[in-house]
Amino acid sequence: MKRRNLIAGAAGLFAAGCAKMADSKAGQSLFDLAENWHLKAHRALAGKQGLVPEYTRDEISPVFKGNGSVTVDSDYYRAQLAMGFSDWRLMVGGLVKTPLILNMDNIRKLPQRTQITRHDCVEGWSAIGEWTGPQLSLLLDAAGVLPEANFIVFRCADTLYGHKYYESIDMVDAYHPQTIVAHQLNGEPLPEKNGAPLRMRIERQLGYKHPKYLTGIEAVSSLDDIEGGKGGFWEDQYGYQWYAGI
Amino acid sequence: MKPKHSLITRIWHWLNALCVIVLFMSGLGISNAHRYLYWGNKGSEPSEAWTAVMRFPDWATIPGHYNLALSRDWHILMAWPFAIALMIMWAAMLVNGHFWRDLHTSISEWKPAAIWHDVVEHLKLNFEHEGAKHNFLQKLAYGLVFGVFLPIMVFSGMAISPGIEPAAPWLVEAFGGRQSARSIHFLAAWGLFAFFAIHIVLVLLSGPVKQIRDMITGGQQ
Repeated sequence: MKRRNLIAGAAGLFAAGCAKMADSKAGQSLFDLAENWHLKAHRALAGKQGLVPEYTRDEISPVFKGNGSVTVDSDYYRAQLAMGFSDWRLMVGGLVKTPLILNMDNIRKLPQRTQITRHDCVEGWSAIGEWTGPQLSLLLDAAGVLPEANFIVFRCADTLYGHKYYESIDMVDAYHPQTIVAHQLNGEPLPEKNGAPLRMRIERQLGYKHPKYLTGIEAVSSLDDIEGGKGGFWEDQYGYQWYAGI
Repeated sequence: MKPKHSLITRIWHWLNALCVIVLFMSGLGISNAHRYLYWGNKGSEPSEAWTAVMRFPDWATIPGHYNLALSRDWHILMAWPFAIALMIMWAAMLVNGHFWRDLHTSISEWKPAAIWHDVVEHLKLNFEHEGAKHNFLQKLAYGLVFGVFLPIMVFSGMAISPGIEPAAPWLVEAFGGRQSARSIHFLAAWGLFAFFAIHIVLVLLSGPVKQIRDMITGGQQ
C-alpha cells in the first residue's frame, strides 16, 4: 500500500505541477514560444508559397461535415438565404488605398480558382471538398494594401456562444495561392452549414482558421485592439493557438 | 571505471521519460476531442471509422479536465525536446558505440532456441546475464523503441500537422494519408505505453532502488 500511495502522490504532484505551470505567465509564454517555433520551422521548410496537395474528384467526401457555427441566427441572414444572397455585401477595407464593396455577382465574375483540398479540423477529423472562388490576393491587390498592414482580419455574420466570430492570418498566408474566398463547394453554391454565401480557405491551417459567413476583409497593423486581441474567436474565448498549422 | 550508464544515456532517459509522459497524457486529452480513427486521407463520420476509442478519464489526461486548447499547448511544447533529444541520443549512440555494443543484434542471436531460453529465464525472474550488457529480449525491446516506436511518433506527428505537408507531402503519403498517420500515431503511442508498463514491472522486479540509482548516478559495470 505504501508504494501505491507513493505512486498516487507522485502522480498528483505531477498533475498539480503541470496545472501550476500552465496557469503561470512563464508557462503561457513558453507555450507561445513553442507555437512560434513550429510556425518558423514550417515556413522555413515549406517556403512562403508551398502548396498543399490537391485531390481528384473521386476522393471528395460524400458529406462535408458542418462544425462550429452551422447557421447565422438573424432575420437578415434568413432573408438573404431565401433570396440567394442577392443583397450580400463583402467589404474590403482597413489599411488599403481603395476600400471595396463587392456583391456576389462581382465575386463570381473575378478570375476563379478551383481546388480539391483536405480540410483538417482541430478535433482530428478530415474531409475533402472542391472549393471555388477568387484568390484573396486578387481582392487585396485591387484594394491596394498599404505597407504598414501586417495581418488580414476576417469579419463574419455568425456569433458563437454569444461572441462574434472572426479570424486573422498574416500576409504570407494572405498572399498564398491557395488562399481563396470560396463561394462554391463541390460545384454548388456553399451550403448553409459550410458558411453560405462566402467562406475563407486557408489551406495550410486547421479548420477554425477558415471563417464562414464572411462579411468583411480588413487589413490591420496589429491584432491587439481587435475583439479580445488574440486574433480570433477561438483564440480569444478558448485559448486556441493563433498559428493552427500544427 | 566506466559507469554502467553513460551521462548522455542518463540525461536522455529522464528527459525522454518526462516528454513521453506529458505527450501521452496530453495526447489522450486531444483524442477525447474526436474519438474516431480512420484509414486513408479523410474521415469525419462514425460510419467511416475503423474504430471508436474510449473517452479517456480526467485523471489520465493533461490537463485534468477536457480542454483541447491546453492539451494541444502541452503537446506542441513537449514535441520539441522529445524530437530533438531523440535525434541527439541517436547520434550519440552511433558515435559512442552504445548502439553497436549494446543494442545491435547479429543474425546468430535470432535463433528460436536462444530466444526461447531468454523468455524462460525472464519468466523465472532471472535477470543475470554474463558478458553482454543486454540479453536478446532487451536488445529487441530497446531496438524497437529506439528504432521504430519513438521515430514513428515524431514522423506521424509531423504528418498530422497541416503546415508540414507542403514541405513533405511524401511523408503523409508514406503513412497512407493523414488519417492513417493519425491512427498510426495513436497505435504507436499505445505500443510505447506497453513498453513503459513492462519496463516499470521489470525494474520493480530486478531491484528498483539500485536500478533507479544507477540511472541517476551512472552505477558501475
